[in-house]
Parts: sequence; C-alpha cells; structure tokens
Amino acid sequence: MSTVTLDAKIPSGPIEDRWDNHKFSMRLVNPNNKRRFEIIVVGTGLAGASAAASLAQLGYRVKVFTYHDSPRRAHSIAAQGGINAAKNYRNDGDSIYRLFYDTVKGGDYRSRESNVYRLAQVSVNIIDQCVAQGVPFAREYGGLLDNRSFGGAQVSRTFYARGQTGQQLLLGAYQALMQQVSAGTVTLHTKTEMLDVVVKDGVCCGIVVRDLTTGEISSHSAHAVLLCTGGYSNVYYLSTNAMNCNATAAWRAHRKGALFANPCFTQIHPTCIPASDEFQSKLTLMSESLRNDGRIWVPKAIGDTRAPADIPEEERDYYLERKYPAFGNLVPRDVASRNAKTVVDEGRGVGPLRNGVYLDFSDAIARLGVQVVKERYGNLFDMYERITGENPYEVPMRIYPATHYTMGGLWVDYNLMTTVPGLYALGEANFSDHGANRLGASALMQGLADGYFVIPYTVGDYLAGLLGQPTVPTDDPVFTQAEQALRDEIRRWMSVGGTRSVDHYHRELGKLVWDYCGMARDRVGLEKALSEIPALREEFERDVRVLGTPEGVNQSLEKVMRVADFFELAELMARDALMREESCGGHFRVEHQTEDGEARRDDERFSFVAAWEWQGRDTPQRLHREPLVFEYVEPTQRSYK
Amino acid sequence: MKLTLRVWRQDGPDAPGRFETYEAPDVKEEMSFLEMLDVVNERLIEAGREPITFDSDCREGICGTCGVMIDGKAHGPWKGTATCQLHMRAFRDGDVITIEPWRAAAFPVIKDLMVDRSALDAIIEAGGYISVNTGAAPEANEIPVPKPVADAAMDAAACIGCGACVAACPNSAGQLFTAAKLAHLNLLPQGQAERWRRTENMVETMEEFFGSCTNYGECQEACPKEIPIDFIAQMNRDYLRAKVKHRRLAGQVFP
Repeated sequence: MSTVTLDAKIPSGPIEDRWDNHKFSMRLVNPNNKRRFEIIVVGTGLAGASAAASLAQLGYRVKVFTYHDSPRRAHSIAAQGGINAAKNYRNDGDSIYRLFYDTVKGGDYRSRESNVYRLAQVSVNIIDQCVAQGVPFAREYGGLLDNRSFGGAQVSRTFYARGQTGQQLLLGAYQALMQQVSAGTVTLHTKTEMLDVVVKDGVCCGIVVRDLTTGEISSHSAHAVLLCTGGYSNVYYLSTNAMNCNATAAWRAHRKGALFANPCFTQIHPTCIPASDEFQSKLTLMSESLRNDGRIWVPKAIGDTRAPADIPEEERDYYLERKYPAFGNLVPRDVASRNAKTVVDEGRGVGPLRNGVYLDFSDAIARLGVQVVKERYGNLFDMYERITGENPYEVPMRIYPATHYTMGGLWVDYNLMTTVPGLYALGEANFSDHGANRLGASALMQGLADGYFVIPYTVGDYLAGLLGQPTVPTDDPVFTQAEQALRDEIRRWMSVGGTRSVDHYHRELGKLVWDYCGMARDRVGLEKALSEIPALREEFERDVRVLGTPEGVNQSLEKVMRVADFFELAELMARDALMREESCGGHFRVEHQTEDGEARRDDERFSFVAAWEWQGRDTPQRLHREPLVFEYVEPTQRSYK
Repeated sequence: MKLTLRVWRQDGPDAPGRFETYEAPDVKEEMSFLEMLDVVNERLIEAGREPITFDSDCREGICGTCGVMIDGKAHGPWKGTATCQLHMRAFRDGDVITIEPWRAAAFPVIKDLMVDRSALDAIIEAGGYISVNTGAAPEANEIPVPKPVADAAMDAAACIGCGACVAACPNSAGQLFTAAKLAHLNLLPQGQAERWRRTENMVETMEEFFGSCTNYGECQEACPKEIPIDFIAQMNRDYLRAKVKHRRLAGQVFP
C-alpha cells in the first residue's frame, strides 16, 4: 500500500547559501492573490501564533484553532530560561556557524544540518522582531540587551525576560495575532479541538473539530493546514507539560498518512521537584541554572534515612563531581538525569518517598552569602518552598528528573511539509532541528523560527501551484465521512460504561512508558512494553468510564480520546526505541554504553531519521529511513570527563 | 486530613446553579489544591457521578487558566499565588471550604467552576499590541531601553490574564488587567507611536464589559503576580492625556 518516498528537499550549494537560494527559487503568490487562499493553523503556542500572525500580515485568510479559552495560554508560556540567538553581542566568539555547530553536536548528530543552519541564521531576526513587539527582555544599565550563558554553552547567547521568557515571547506573538484578529484577517476559534485531518486525493484539504463548550462537530476546509500542536511528553502522565498537552492532532495526522519520526527521542530534564504522592498531577521544572551553584549528592549508604544535616560530609556521595571531575554538577541534561536514576535505583534516594537526590546550596551560601544566592535564585527558592513547604536556604532541595520535551514528531521536509501534501508541522510538533537531544533555550528559538521566518516563505511555494483551485466544500463526502467517524468514536467512548476514570488509565500507561521507555531502555524492557501496553489498552477500552453527555462541556470525553492516542503512540515509541540499537542523546540503550557507562552511538548503522508509516490499527508501522549526511560537522563521541 | 467541600455546580450557562457538598477524606498536606479536586473527581467518577468541571493547564502559576473563589477569596488564602500553586498545607483537618467560580457579569459561567473570560481577549484585540509586521523590525539594539524602564515594563507584563482582579473587585472592574497591559506597552519606546490611540481604545473596550473602578484595591491583593494598582493611576493619566493629545494629532492629519 505504501508509496511514500522520503524527499527532504534539501537545497544544494554551500550551507550558508542554501536558505537564501531556496527563498529565491521558491514561487511567490501575488499580493492580490494571497486573499484567495485559506490557511488553517492549529495551536497557538509560539509556532502557531507567530505563523498565523505572519501569514495574515501577508494577506492570506487564516483560521486559527485552539483548545484553550485564549490563545495566550499555550504551554510555550511556561518556558523559563531563555531564547538563543547568534547575535554575538558579547564579543565572545559566537556566530551563526557556532550556534549551528553546537546544535548539531548537542543533538548528538541525529538532526539535519541544513535545517539547523537555517535555524541559527534566522535566530538573529527573531530577537529583532520580539524587541520591536515590546518583549521586555532583560537589559543592561546602558539600555542594551543582556545575555547569559545557558545549559553549559561556552558563549553567552541566551536572551531572557526574568524567569518568564516563554511567557513574554508568547504574549508578543499572541498580541500580533490579536492585531490580525482585530483587522479581520484571522478568524479565531477558541475552545475548539482538532480531532481529524481530512485528506482528499492524497492532499490535505481541511480538518474536523469539536467545540469544547457545546460539543458540536464541524468541518473546516483550507488550501493548507499547519499543525503547531506541541510535543507528547504527557504520554508519561507525569511530565513538566501542562495538563492539556497532548499528541492527538499530530497522531491523527499520522493515521492519515503523515510519517512520525524518531518517537523515542524524548528529553528528560534533571532538575524537577520529585513527585510527592500517587495523586501528583504534574511535575514542576526548576531552571537548570541551579546547577551552577548547587552541589548534587546522596548518602553513601543504601537506605540511609537520616536528615541531611545529620549525614556527615564523609558519608555523602557527590556522585557527579566524583565521576565527572571536569564538568562536575554541570554535565549535560541526559548525563545528570541518568546518574540520578542510577543512585535512586540503588536505594540511595532521599526524601519521604526516597525518589530524589539532594541539590545542596550550603557551600554556595557559605561562599557567596545568603544575599547573593537570593539574588540569583530567589524566585526559584520561593517556588520550591511553596510546593514542598521546605526552605532551601536551610535544607537541601530535593530534585529528580522528569520528561519535559520531545525531539521526535511529525516528519517534515526542509519546507516543514509532512508526507501529506498541504499538511505542515511546526515547532515541537515536528522532528527536524534538535536531533536526539535539544540544547537549553533552543525550543523557543525553533518555534518562532518556524512561525515567523520559515513558513511564510515555504507555504507560498506550495500555494502558488494551487492558484484558481477552490477549497474542498465541507459537504464533500470526505468531510461528512470524517465527521461521522468522529461521532461514532465519541458514541463508542460514551457507551463503554466501565468502572475506572480516564486518569486512572493514563497514570497506569505513564508508569509503563516511564519504566520501559524512560531514561534508560533495554531490549527486555521494551519487549515487555510492547506486550503490556496493548494489554492495558485493551482493558482501558473495555473498562474506562466516561460520564455525562457528548453535548456541552465534558472534560472526561476530551481526555479519553487523547489518552487513546497516547496508547498508540506509546507503542510506537517502544518499537522505535527497540529498533534503535545505539545510545544517542536522550535515547539511552543500556546494552550500548562504554565501559564508563557513557552513551555509545553507532553512526555506521543508525545515522538516519526513523520515519514510521501508519499501516492500520492492528499492523505495526512500517519503517522508512532518511539517511543523515554530515558535510560540515564531523560526528565525534561526546565526553564530559 | 479530612475536609468538607461546598462546591458550586451549574450544568450550563443558562441552568440554575446550586452548592453541593462533598467529603474529602485522606487529603495530604503536600497535595496542591487542584490535585485535591482531582482526587474528589476520581471518587465521583467511581461513584457514577459527574466530576466537577474546572479549568487548569500549566499548574505552575503562569498560564492563567485556573482560578476559583476559595472561601470568598480569588485564588484562595495565599498571597501572590494562583489556585494551582496553592497547597493543602494552607488548610486544617475538619475545615469546610467553599469553592465558587469567578464572580463577574463579564465572566459568565460555562459549567460548574469554568467561566468565559473572552472579554479579556477583546481588550487586547482593541489595541494591546505594537503594530510591527514580521520582518519589518529594526536591529534589536538600535533603540536602547533604560534598565528601569524595561524592568517596570516587565513588572506590568507579568500579568497572566487569569481574571482574579475582576473576580475580587466589588465592582467587577477590569482596570488592573487593562492597566498592566497598557503600562507594559506604553512604557517602552517601541510602544510610543500607538500610545494614545491604544489607551483610548483599550479603556473604552474595557468599559463595555466591566464595571467601574472605585479604588478598593482588592485587585492588587488578589493578583497572583502582585501587580500594583499604581499602574491604574498611570492608565488614568494616559487616558486623560490621550483624550487631548489624540485629538490634536488627528487634527494635524485631517486639517
């Protein structure tokens, strides 16, 4: 049945000219013709809001859909640290080439060089755009923009707005979007969830949505559809993502023919507050900057339940400083996370549930004084105290890793188009720029790069070929059938009449995915996942209880469809992780490590993007490989010793 | 601890509402307030009763999606804290807690504790932006912004748009929300070109939906980001000036 061929459409020529040449070679749409085209944007995070605003400014007719009550609430808002850009304002040797190089290397050589180079190129325009919109970035006394170094980068290229950079960038994009709403060029549908992508004759022609307030199902047609719907960390149930983050839009696109790439590439953030009980609903991330001054340790003895102050210095194991003398507590995210898991699994975890490690500031307080520590981390300490009730100036913090970003996503070509013509994926929803591991402060950069500076060019090239073609009317059988299928699906969930809540099954699924496809994976565990996930899914489909009616607000109904999609995605993650017999970035296969316990990549066999094609519900997806070619950055093994 | 909850239940925007009482046994101190409601909901579902509808998303106090009246206080007893960051340590065994949706004519109830806050978006749509098309921006460091100005703009921009200020106000006024956005943009050099027009449009749109400000100051107390009412004074001053200046500017364009 498959006719998919993966063509990444990477332009030729020297890497620094590729995007410019490509922009010139793409077809344009005459300004008067732009209003003849309709574009649907799903999601209003950084990628969606920036794309919708930019396309509307160009003159396209844009329809925007979000399940939130306002576009301003998307989870981009929660990013704390900052946004990278190769401005070299510090005169410290940064350049587009260095940001490109760091991103390819940081991604452990599993991303596309050309995409990453373009990302580094447009990073500088993003800062200009955001400043002009009124984003209140941190400034120096001279009035110019401040920068900091972030996540172990050797240059200071991170722009930030206190600990709320994501919020301020999102508000900038949201305000640009609302201006277009006011101008009548964008039609905004809030509290509306996309539940299917509609394809006619192999081309994407629209979507089917459910109004979350009334329960009404409707179809919307367009010449192009942009999915800007974020990542899938909530497949783990506990993650730093917001409660409503889900994979449904991307997953349903996958089922309609869009290939899903590198699903096993997930990122675990080392500094989150550990879960406190069974009913923990999400985990809170604390900025990685804490590792600059905090020292990480656990007791040397297994099962040591003494209070931290009662454990003498010689009975503490500062395991990162011991194992990685050069980088110490500043080793990369994946290394810090895996080591925390190791000591907790050994039975040396701390806290009431023995599920954390200490992050201790007592040395920093002695060296710098409370005041300096307060200036640097005061807001984070306050946040920690509000959640745990413990004062980190007096008692060491407890931290543990949690999932917070997914590098995998819908496969897209250089133009951000999926394998379904007319269907695009932007931001975290696509797979393209971060390889197997994302650098700190690069998620905001990618979302805005895609929305402000890539899609406005590439979508025009596609639309230019459709001039004069009307959209498919929403009473066409492709739409009415898709609506009917959705109504049937909803009726099915409403009539299961089981005994347990959706959350119960989501929590159980999350435990399986975390145990078998979390920070460390091995063949035995992944094979178990592949038998236990379908078994749990079968129980879920038989025993879940969704009360209420399909009309009006029904939060259980919203969740049940999302969790059903997570079940299918979880299986694909395990299959992808099992196939990838190497360790790279966020993907650590226990069987593939060096004698020192470091990740061992296998460039000979696995230097490719794994893109999976849906084969129907009861048949495993089929694997397609996009080979990765490194012409500029020579792959090397990372070492932080 | 064991708690008793009195929760506002309302089936739809036009349905009459009522309080229902639920027991919440086994509440742990370390739970967040919304996790406590999650547990109550799981029990309701297992007992075959419809769970309580409430809004929440990020659960770390930044998205502004959550917010309920807890014992008559917007976002509950802790200062500078959104409902999702409130933890059960704030309560004691045996407490009776009353939970209601935001109370304001501009925020009609959709269901139970969920309200419609689209009036806030309407205010932003009226002018809460700086008009700059993508690609048209000058180099970022071309216009220096004095640090105190950038800091003050950031103080105002910290607003999460939750609507607690409106819910806490005896008049259901939207002043603090509107003033915060105006201060954010009006303080910055980039925001000057549209300053007077923005102020007039946003204030007048606000007045279509919300009540009048009589300086109670409840909004500032309820604000999870502790945005000060000083910004309201700035807004009022700008609005007066706009009424004069804007007309003069228009006079130059259309003699």
